[in-house]
Amino acid sequence: MITLGIVLVLLGEAVLFFEEVPLVDFITGTIWAPMFEPKSFGVLPLVCGTFLITCGAAMIGLPSGLGVGLFLNDFAPNWLRSIIKPVLEILAGIPTVVYGYFALTVVTPLMQRMSPSVEVFNAASAAIVVGVMVLPMVASLCDDAIRAVPRSIKEAGYALGATKCEVALQVTVPSALSGIVASFILAISRAFGETMAVTLAAGSTPKLTLNPFESVQTLTAYIAQVSTGDTPQGSLEYKSIFAVGMLLLVVTLFFNMLAYYLVKRFRTVTE
Amino acid sequence: MASMDDMLKSMSKSVTLTTGTANLGDSQIEHKAMIRAIWRPRPKRRWLAGRIFFLLTLLSTLIGLISLIFLLESILGQGWERVSWEFVSSFPSRIASRAGIKAALVGSLYLTGLVASIAIPLGVGAAVYLEEFAADTRLRRIIDVNIANLAGVPSIVYGMLGLMVFVRICALGHSLLAGACTMSLLILPVIIVTAREALKTVPMGVRLAALGLGATRWQTVRAHVLPTAMPGILTGVILSLSRAVGETAPLLMIGALSYMAFVPESPMDDFTVLPIQIFNWSARPQDEFRVAAAAGILVLLGVLLTVNACAIFARMRFQRKMQW
Repeated sequence: MITLGIVLVLLGEAVLFFEEVPLVDFITGTIWAPMFEPKSFGVLPLVCGTFLITCGAAMIGLPSGLGVGLFLNDFAPNWLRSIIKPVLEILAGIPTVVYGYFALTVVTPLMQRMSPSVEVFNAASAAIVVGVMVLPMVASLCDDAIRAVPRSIKEAGYALGATKCEVALQVTVPSALSGIVASFILAISRAFGETMAVTLAAGSTPKLTLNPFESVQTLTAYIAQVSTGDTPQGSLEYKSIFAVGMLLLVVTLFFNMLAYYLVKRFRTVTE
Repeated sequence: MASMDDMLKSMSKSVTLTTGTANLGDSQIEHKAMIRAIWRPRPKRRWLAGRIFFLLTLLSTLIGLISLIFLLESILGQGWERVSWEFVSSFPSRIASRAGIKAALVGSLYLTGLVASIAIPLGVGAAVYLEEFAADTRLRRIIDVNIANLAGVPSIVYGMLGLMVFVRICALGHSLLAGACTMSLLILPVIIVTAREALKTVPMGVRLAALGLGATRWQTVRAHVLPTAMPGILTGVILSLSRAVGETAPLLMIGALSYMAFVPESPMDDFTVLPIQIFNWSARPQDEFRVAAAAGILVLLGVLLTVNACAIFARMRFQRKMQW
């Protein structure tokens, strides 16, 4: 019911939008300037900004999340585990606005001190905080996946004389792989749909750039920007956010389906 | 089976290969190299690799811990002195040093109450239906996949849905009720999923015993299954409520105000919530507002911690009651 509602609402408005702006221009255009004349709706700069931040966040969040998962299972004694787990849960429960504030007031000044050319709003600090944000999620999902690996095959590895590292990398990780990949995909889709932290930290200049120290705008930040300003209902900008939202929904749904499918396959393999 | 055969074949091939070269003995060096390729202990290198691996995983764990400490430290350092009774009980102001969060705090609490009263009955009801009553049909499986998917939809998309359905079509305006409805939609999938997991852990014997004593299906669920599953359901509900408290994006979409000089009194009033107030303050360039934002974050985190503590406490009480 709810999915149907979302799809209908978004489709309805998006169709109105595409009546005025052709679909091809929307997908392949390189200039996004809905506020100025001449208006131009090429979604690529927004996608590029989103992509930049998602990749950066993935580079930080995914390996360290997996590292935490492995550490908790193979190295951490029980008392340490019972400390780290709640800390990760707290980290996961912190509202995203707080991360945005953190990026703006701590991460960015730190980066500016290192190199003065960094802009106040930049993609890199947004990527860093989003990476920290998805870390607990990846960690706890990886932890679950690794935990589900049967003890016997690990013991078999040790019995063959493998070290802890070799068992972890050559036995545990491959057999938990689909669970781990599923957690990665979920994290990427979360980073993709993240709004508040990115809006605060990355600024609002739609730009087709791969330089992480410039200000960019993401799909979600654009929606937030339009909805906080006073855009009259029915105008082209108003309709454009539904087109952007549609794109967002399609991509995240795709990611989630992929993760769901992987987890399902993973379950049948272990049982 | 085919892969097994292939493996055996290739193994026997390699065995004949090695023994072949050994028997021939024409090249002693080649033979030695082969042996080395097959069996290399290299204990030092492997030990080193193990240490490096350990350090890497330790490092990634520390990243999480350090960032948490760093985050708390910076917020405490900036905002602690601003938190006072005055800060909590005054309205936002253009002058940063006099700005307070009364309207936002009341709005947040009001909204959470409304969300709880909408989402909990709906969510738990749906979970009970899906888990206890629904037959395993194709429709149910579609609903399953659907709910799992909905839990992953970005929150701002829910905001757009809320904007269209509640604000425009139902003409609720930018009101507290519209916000609560949107938030309820957002957390419903999470509540349903966790409640179903909790219901799944109830042993089948409990149900069979109740049914065997002549209870109807509804009586079984109400008197036995639900109380047993209660701790799990409660945890899920409270965790999703705390998500609702911290969520900003959808409310931004449906138009919660960022400046409010009065307290909302009925569900139809305009409103604002803590995260939006924080967002608004941290987006401003002046340092004084940044400090106010830090103080606001402290209050928000305080509310969240209290909610989570309630969850843990409630879970403990129920668990004690339900000992077998």
